[in-house]
Amino acid sequence: MTQTTTQPATPAWPTEDEKLAREREVNALGMWVFLASEIMLFGGLFLVYFVYRFRYPAAFAEGSSELNMWLGALNTAVLLTSSLTMALAVHQARGSSRKTAVLFMLLTMALGLLFLAIKGYEYWQDYQEGLVPGLNFTYSGAEQQAVALFLVLYFVMTALHALHLSIGIVMVGVAIVWGQIRPFAHDPAEPVEMIGLYWHFIDIVWVFLFPVLYLLR
Amino acid sequence: MHNNYPSVRTYFLVFGALLLLLIATVGAHFVALGPFQPVVSLGIALLKALLIILFFMHVKASSGLVKLFAAAGFLWLLIFFLLTFGDFATRYWVPTLNQ
Repeated sequence: MTQTTTQPATPAWPTEDEKLAREREVNALGMWVFLASEIMLFGGLFLVYFVYRFRYPAAFAEGSSELNMWLGALNTAVLLTSSLTMALAVHQARGSSRKTAVLFMLLTMALGLLFLAIKGYEYWQDYQEGLVPGLNFTYSGAEQQAVALFLVLYFVMTALHALHLSIGIVMVGVAIVWGQIRPFAHDPAEPVEMIGLYWHFIDIVWVFLFPVLYLLR
Repeated sequence: MHNNYPSVRTYFLVFGALLLLLIATVGAHFVALGPFQPVVSLGIALLKALLIILFFMHVKASSGLVKLFAAAGFLWLLIFFLLTFGDFATRYWVPTLNQ
């Protein structure tokens, strides 16, 4: 009995390239799910900020004008530059120049530390000026309590961001070490790319924190 | 999949655009824009975030599924804001309720 079977023109097995592409897509999806949870974490704080800003517009403008806008702008420039070096690190890691990639990652870490140093100096300045509710708060305007609320939100949001950045700096370091001990890994540039996604996300959070805390008056 | 990633030149162009937007937002801070001030500074922040997401985070070069996952988080955030301000922004539209 003859049976005509229709064979597909090409075998159904995915090629190595297709498998790799699929793995990378799954990695990116997982990372974006994690980042979505981070969006909701920071988003909740932004929501609280806007609700109270809507309730006390004058006090929030007053609190904002107490902050050092130039340090905020400088830190934005530092973080944007660190995103460029991170993107270049991923680019170099995807290519074949692992050494250049490590160099760009070290530069990214240094810029992250510079951001934290400037932020720390700013916190110190805020403390000296009596802008830290609970520790040293000497502001005495008509809407003292609402200005204190603004400053509490400022410290919580920037400190949570600084915590994320610190974790990011450590993770970039981990990626460098990982690349050194496993140079012939299955897909060596993938950890760099994933940590890059996290780094750029932290940059985006600051891109919104800067106008919201320093510029809205 | 990774052949359509941005080039080094694109990264530097995006970085240049980001710095220009930063200068624009700081500059706009010193211009009396009145009620448009928050619109301008938040609009510029949105533009910056979009540039970072599309080019630095490779979303523009990614598959539709990755694009969907990337958009989902922001979409839920938008719903979060819309529903909350649907309440807070309209509460005092009916004065009798608050007397």
